[in-house]
Amino acid sequence: MIQADLTIILPEILLSLYAMAALLFGVYTGKDKVAPLLTWTTAGAFVLVAAWIGLNGEGTNVAFGGMFHDDAFARFAKVTILLSAAAVLLMSQDYMERRGLLRFEYPILVSLSVVGMMVMVSAGDLMALYMGLELQSLALYVIASLRRDSLKSTEAGLKYFILGALSSGLLLYGASLVYGYAGTTLFSGIIAAAGEGQMSLGLLFGLVFVMSGLAFKVSAVPFHMWTPDVYEGSPTPVTAFFATAPKMAAMALFARVLHDAFGGATADWQQILALLSVLSMFLGAIAAIGQRNIKRLMAFSSIAHMGYALMGLAAGTVFGVQAMLVYMAIYVTMNVGTFAFILSMEKDGQPVTDIAALNMYAKREPGRALAMLILLFSLAGVPPLVGFFGKFYVLRAAYDAGLAWLAIAGVIASVIGAFYYLRIVYFMYFGDEGEELDGGKSPVLWAFLMASAAAMLFGVVNLFGIEGAAAAAAATLVN
Amino acid sequence: MTMIAFAFYLFVLCALAGGLFTVISRNPVHSVLWLILTFLSAAGLFVLLGAEFVAMLLVIVYVGAVAVLFLFVVMMLDVDFAELKAEMARYMPLALLIGVVLLMQLSLAFGVWQSSDGAMAARDAVIPTDVTNTAALGLLLYDKYFLLFQLSGLILLVAMIGAIVLTLRHRKDIKRQDVLAQMWRDPAKAMELKDVKPGQGL
Repeated sequence: MIQADLTIILPEILLSLYAMAALLFGVYTGKDKVAPLLTWTTAGAFVLVAAWIGLNGEGTNVAFGGMFHDDAFARFAKVTILLSAAAVLLMSQDYMERRGLLRFEYPILVSLSVVGMMVMVSAGDLMALYMGLELQSLALYVIASLRRDSLKSTEAGLKYFILGALSSGLLLYGASLVYGYAGTTLFSGIIAAAGEGQMSLGLLFGLVFVMSGLAFKVSAVPFHMWTPDVYEGSPTPVTAFFATAPKMAAMALFARVLHDAFGGATADWQQILALLSVLSMFLGAIAAIGQRNIKRLMAFSSIAHMGYALMGLAAGTVFGVQAMLVYMAIYVTMNVGTFAFILSMEKDGQPVTDIAALNMYAKREPGRALAMLILLFSLAGVPPLVGFFGKFYVLRAAYDAGLAWLAIAGVIASVIGAFYYLRIVYFMYFGDEGEELDGGKSPVLWAFLMASAAAMLFGVVNLFGIEGAAAAAAATLVN
Repeated sequence: MTMIAFAFYLFVLCALAGGLFTVISRNPVHSVLWLILTFLSAAGLFVLLGAEFVAMLLVIVYVGAVAVLFLFVVMMLDVDFAELKAEMARYMPLALLIGVVLLMQLSLAFGVWQSSDGAMAARDAVIPTDVTNTAALGLLLYDKYFLLFQLSGLILLVAMIGAIVLTLRHRKDIKRQDVLAQMWRDPAKAMELKDVKPGQGL
């Protein structure tokens, strides 16, 4: 029995063994001198594991008595997580190295947190869920305060840690109520106990607390307070990481808990999700207008995007989950490109985060400015770019599920949100002559920026086939 | 009243009183001592439940290590607890209000509490009668919950790496011992003898 179980979680085991081997290698050889090498090998390991999972995985396998599910849904999320984490690691190497931040523990902590995310999206039990979540979050708390001599970075880490601990407390309290009602922490047992119409008040309390804990992790309003400060304070590559892989993992976990454990009580959680979604979309769209710091702006942008992804989830249908997965994959791709651009914003070797510094950027760097223009249009959801199709999917899912008011609210919020994306475009193309940005000559960043922008442009043909994969993934989750 | 019922009420009373005085006592050192009493009473309650291993764990880990650590922190850090208390007193009415609301909501939830039909049968770890507590826990932990056990190990590894990353500083301006250099040095070259003439110096 144990051997079959271990075969199923082999990717996770190998990745953790790699992290431990890399740790020993780093400690006993050059310490921080081997950090660039470790960054590249870790990214390579992520890509290999992603290819292995994506090409080899088949069917639905359950390990450890139902605690760990390896199905099409988990594989879709894992491939997205691994590839985006690899992209962010490659982008961060140059930036971190020039600022003396590239400690050899950085890639190791990233890979351990990726292991946590992989466990999260595969969890079939409240305890496995919590273990994955904590493994992921603990590593993230540390890398948020990696720049330990900076007040903002340590504040970001501490704030993230304290609020994260609070949300874990909410989640655990909810989990204990659910366990008290159902008598088991296995999702298969909970769904048998929590059918439509037989939700007791106590179990409803449990569901609400679990959802609050998870909403914190995806930074949905009103659990979003930490996001702008943490995004601003962390080193930019770490911010890029926060905005991609953990968001995908938390969203997939959210979908898994709601459908695998509470799939019988859709009506009970649908209204909560709809509220979270509409609040996130509007707060993300409105609060970003006043932001001058591009990292804070991206924080509010990610809050708004989480609102749209939650809208897909709120539909509570197979198509809704599919829309959410497509949306998240597109969101992650866009954010990788956008952060590649933000990482290359610097002046005299110092990073610049003020959007006013982009004045007339298009004159000096027409190629980059054009790529960023495409990405910003796509983030805003302007047709015919790929970002529009992501929004279109979730809106249709919400409309089909009878949540027409939510879809209309989403359209209004996206029009409001378009303002601050377009303002950056305005600065780049029509702004005043001002301080010029220099540097940002890294070929890796350039490649990621261009690749991401090209994906937004050429993906309109068939979305690179992720639709089919997402549909298969959603079908295995919802039944 | 049987002996068991008497012990139960005694421990419950001690736990409640300990918890209350932990919060309201003026001296932080007294707070920690009250906390220890709460832990000990909870351990007693566990013994009554038949979970003697958890009870001993509570005494060893919480009373023996955590509470003593608290005590050290309280005594060594120069925290002005009176000021903190004053700060707390300002928000007390609001906190009380929220607490009362929460309590009412919870009593609403628990007042109509009922487990689902299959809940008692679905439990994982029913107290076994044929083996001791420790053996039963071991069977569960290393066999059924193998995955969770290993994952907690990884979490502890992350905590260790994190503590080192965030605090360790390699200072350049201090001398470190290099064992190999010490062992491989040539004794003949370690010391040089100079013949110093009287009255001249080096």
